[in-house]
Amino acid sequence: MRNAFAAAITELAQIDPRIVLLSGDIGNRLFDKFKDKSPDRFYNCGVAEANMTGVAAGMAMCGLRPLTYTITPFGTTRVLEQIRVDICYHNVPVTIVGTGSGLSYASLGPTHHSCEDVALMRVLSNMTVVCPADSMEVRPALEAILKLDGPAYLRLGKKGEPAVHAKPPKFEIGRVIPMREGNEVCILGMGTMVSVGLKAAELLEKDGVSAKVVSFHTVKPLDDEFLAEAFKKFSVVAVIEEHSRIGGLGSAVGEWLTANRIATGALAEFGTPDIFMHEAGSQEYARERFGLTGPAIAAELLKLHRIARKSS
Amino acid sequence: MPTQTAPTRDVVTLQKLSREIRGKLVAMSHAAETPHLGSSLSCVDILVAVYWTALKIDPTQHLEPGRDRFILSKGHAANALYTTLANRGFFDPAELDKLNFDGGHLPEQPSLQCVPGVEAATGSLGHGLPLALGMALAQRIQKHKFRCFVLMSDGECEEGSTWEAAMFASAQKLDNVVALIDYNKWQATGRSNEVMGLAPLRQKWEAFGWSAHEVDGHDMAAIVDTIKKVPDGTGKPIAVICNTVKGKGVSFMEDDNNWHYRIPTADEVVTAHKELGLNGGRA
Repeated sequence: MRNAFAAAITELAQIDPRIVLLSGDIGNRLFDKFKDKSPDRFYNCGVAEANMTGVAAGMAMCGLRPLTYTITPFGTTRVLEQIRVDICYHNVPVTIVGTGSGLSYASLGPTHHSCEDVALMRVLSNMTVVCPADSMEVRPALEAILKLDGPAYLRLGKKGEPAVHAKPPKFEIGRVIPMREGNEVCILGMGTMVSVGLKAAELLEKDGVSAKVVSFHTVKPLDDEFLAEAFKKFSVVAVIEEHSRIGGLGSAVGEWLTANRIATGALAEFGTPDIFMHEAGSQEYARERFGLTGPAIAAELLKLHRIARKSS
Repeated sequence: MPTQTAPTRDVVTLQKLSREIRGKLVAMSHAAETPHLGSSLSCVDILVAVYWTALKIDPTQHLEPGRDRFILSKGHAANALYTTLANRGFFDPAELDKLNFDGGHLPEQPSLQCVPGVEAATGSLGHGLPLALGMALAQRIQKHKFRCFVLMSDGECEEGSTWEAAMFASAQKLDNVVALIDYNKWQATGRSNEVMGLAPLRQKWEAFGWSAHEVDGHDMAAIVDTIKKVPDGTGKPIAVICNTVKGKGVSFMEDDNNWHYRIPTADEVVTAHKELGLNGGRA
């Protein structure tokens, strides 16, 4: 995903002279082409993320379209105040790009995990939050973000994520991308969890349950139309995210239900629990530990579906 | 209030402007019950020097892309900025009487373009310098020639982001940036050099790669002289440590930190105005 981002931003910067890339001393060699093509628009801002975020805001206040790029917690939770005041209060078009989001960097330990970023970014006024599902979604997501006239957060994984699209999909901010049709259970995958959702859907099919899967890439603003239809049509609507169950997409959908006065037991939330993972382990290990695998989610959804069918 | 909107280098005129602005600040603090009077009074001479002698700005074209930028990073001195801008011709000084009105556009800490001339929303400390660096880099990318001036408090030099920015500015050789430090030796609840190890402040900026100067922040001629040439030819960003007195201009407020929060009474306004030689003491 980060390679797709580097390739896309390199090309887009050649088209749009307002694009400036700020890196927090990360992406060694990743942006060599960018630096080569647009040498006056790449800045290594050092290990100083608060300054980098403020600098990006100052640039945007002068009409540029800067992006900050670093490992997710350092570009989001560490500098929440700079994002809130410098970017969101000023309402300027800075894109915060987080790489290694969720449990992508599980083996580096909780300092590098980011299971709070979506919660913190989406609470900020003026902010748009976008979590592409795979490398193919990155470029169209980036293009859509750069057309916005305000702050945005782009949540990326690392590299080598399973591809869920064969080619770049049609992408619209706030509109889900259907990945698989089904009519009993609906799975809303956030970011790289779409591939896990597809796996769960396959397993459910073996048990005779038909599951729809969408890439729910925009956490803010939500796709109202889609949600309204999903809660009418499906007995179980499951959100799966590599993010805390507190404050992420699941919470956002829960808030949406409350705001729309919809009383339902249909919403199921799959995310990380309210703990830090102290032991060593890969992303696969971490997902397994937190029940975020295709089989674990399918098993749970099968149970929920059976309960829902009995009570209807 | 009489105004001298046009730029001038005449020190007597500038000093008169400072007195008028100080008088207005005391009156505004009383009328709108706004705190931070001491912090506002300490930076008036700096503001006057910058706005009347250094900034290349046209108050009638306040969004002109090539204008010099000024950021009040110590946002709690908002009243001083508003009064300066009004006097310099950015907006009608009568608006100042609506300070802090419910639903009004002059909050106790400035929001972006709340009135023409306010270049950034500030109030949380340690934000102004990074913003200015972003603007300074933007002008380099966009091939403008503007300069960026930032007014900071000494307390603000305790924020880590200030020193992150200090290192970045020297690495990028942002010689079109001027950081003015209102070194009044007080922060909200104590002596700034007792709360944190600020001293030696000029040497700190110098060590971070800045062209650092130290002046009497109430010596109008000295401030004007220090900022008359930007960039200064060193290739470095410029830091001006302005030694100031909190509450400057009113004897019973000077160097008394109670005036970080205290609001003057009507009688105190009259006394202050007498000391400043204004309107026979009338507010």
